[in-house]
Amino acid sequence: MCPKSEKLPSRRVPPPAVISRADVERIAALARLSVSDAEADRLAVELEAILAHAEQLGGLDTEGVPPTSHPAELATPLREDVPEPPLDPERALANAPEREGFAFVVPRVIEAEEG
Amino acid sequence: MAGERGAIRALAAELAAGRRSAEALVAGSLERARAEGARCNAFVHLRAEAALAEARASDARRRRGEARSALDGIPVAIKDNMVLEGEPTGCASRILEGYVSPFTATAVEKLRAAGAVVIGSTNMDEFAMGSSTEHSSHGPARNPWDASRTPGGSSGGSAAAVAAGIVPAALGSDTGGSIRQPAAFCGVVGIKPTYGRVSRWGLVAFASSLDQIGVLARSASDAALVLEAIAGHDPRDSTSIPQPAPRLGERLDGDVSGLVIGLPREYFVEEGVDPGVLARVREAVTRLERAGAKTREVSLPHTRFAIATYYLIATAEASSNLARFDGVRYGRRAAGARDLAEMYRRTRSEGFGAEVKRRILLGTYVLSAGYYDAYYRKAQQVRTLLRRDFDAAFAACDLIATPTSPETAFRVGARTADPLRMYLSDVYTVSANLAGLPGLSLPCGLAEGLPVGLQLLAPPLEEALLLRAADAFERLAGAPPVPPGAA
Repeated sequence: MCPKSEKLPSRRVPPPAVISRADVERIAALARLSVSDAEADRLAVELEAILAHAEQLGGLDTEGVPPTSHPAELATPLREDVPEPPLDPERALANAPEREGFAFVVPRVIEAEEG
Repeated sequence: MAGERGAIRALAAELAAGRRSAEALVAGSLERARAEGARCNAFVHLRAEAALAEARASDARRRRGEARSALDGIPVAIKDNMVLEGEPTGCASRILEGYVSPFTATAVEKLRAAGAVVIGSTNMDEFAMGSSTEHSSHGPARNPWDASRTPGGSSGGSAAAVAAGIVPAALGSDTGGSIRQPAAFCGVVGIKPTYGRVSRWGLVAFASSLDQIGVLARSASDAALVLEAIAGHDPRDSTSIPQPAPRLGERLDGDVSGLVIGLPREYFVEEGVDPGVLARVREAVTRLERAGAKTREVSLPHTRFAIATYYLIATAEASSNLARFDGVRYGRRAAGARDLAEMYRRTRSEGFGAEVKRRILLGTYVLSAGYYDAYYRKAQQVRTLLRRDFDAAFAACDLIATPTSPETAFRVGARTADPLRMYLSDVYTVSANLAGLPGLSLPCGLAEGLPVGLQLLAPPLEEALLLRAADAFERLAGAPPVPPGAA
């Protein structure tokens, strides 16, 4: 029997995150937020610091470790397919910023034709 | 007046004997909420008229001999992220201004079905994102022990309301320590049950795989009474545990003999922990040992990765959950937008506070193309390692004891400029959420005049064990001190 060779655990360490103002603006667009230039600069510094702390996970060997998405190991619970009374539409719409009949009204989705 | 800070059972006995009315109890709570409550900015909404009417109905039930439980007529408070039909729920956010809920959260409904009277909702960090109740559209909450300090967070309003003697118990929610840490800072008991023990239906979601409703109270037995009332399976929450709600109150017999308490070596380090906190926690453990408990060192080797794991997972889930606040169906909508995309952007930018935006952006980043595996999936794998740590530790002990927080209540404004430093203060509490375990914080003395919390963690579904040990400690140590000047 030969002793197991001293092998470093396999690691996939991501390069340290460098967050630029442009990165913040790109993420903000995905998140449907707008940020001012000053906010973007500040957030870039803050997010970079937080991600730098998170980099330490990259050094852990997690080869073959299953991810935990949820602490409760429950099978998807099923119930009888019996309809239950829904939320009354009038009450569901009571908080609408703008409504028309039983519909929520939003600003235009498609850009108007030029001209 | 005797009994203002009394145990719920003592108050219930006075109600039963006719020495007091629920109406007087609730009126007293409302009065204190307007006085002491205002001083610590504990409440964001009081429902005085409705609460007094419900108290009178409780008195009428009692006169007919139809009291529903020991909680019938007892004033309580709920956190501003739990809905109650016909009442505003705001999550301390501008984006929910004006929202009036069309339904009631299961936990709140169960509390009311037991007869408890909700007097109002309490201040919190916006969408429960914070450790100090400073990130609130209603302004920071204050600690009843020292108004220059935070009550902790995010359930800081609930902790302050209980500590200040306004209500004997309040509901909170705990995603990474948001019940236990404010309980520690304010010198009250706070229990976060096993994930799924209490229905999340009607709790505004922050991080769905971590969020759990629990109780803040002045004693373990009061916490047991309230938790017993709100726990149990709920078909409307598919993650709620199918097991029936446990009987908790009757198992508080003060006996800890033979109980094996694990002390994780990674948590009992001098570095980064206030020496006063560590001293009180060690003394508390010694007290339990003298009463017959045994201690042994255990190891939770991945502890140092917990904060990073937590903040990657929690923000990823938050970025997804908070997508629903878009100005379409409820809450605030920015005026004058030319198209839908601009309406979304402006509504969310005007409606969310700085900390919520920071977390949404962080969560969006870790879920975005190219980063998912390195951050989010990696964090989920480390979450598995953290769970395995606890599985191994609980093979050698019944409970784990740790400090709840590495420090006592810090000053308002001391952490807000440095988000990472604020996050690191959750080091002892986040692991229980990642592993889904029940955890409890109980007062174990003062350090430089401020309360220190002892955290107890147990295997899943073992809330009764946590409460039994906490109750035993209270019997050994006597009633914890109360804030200077509190009733």
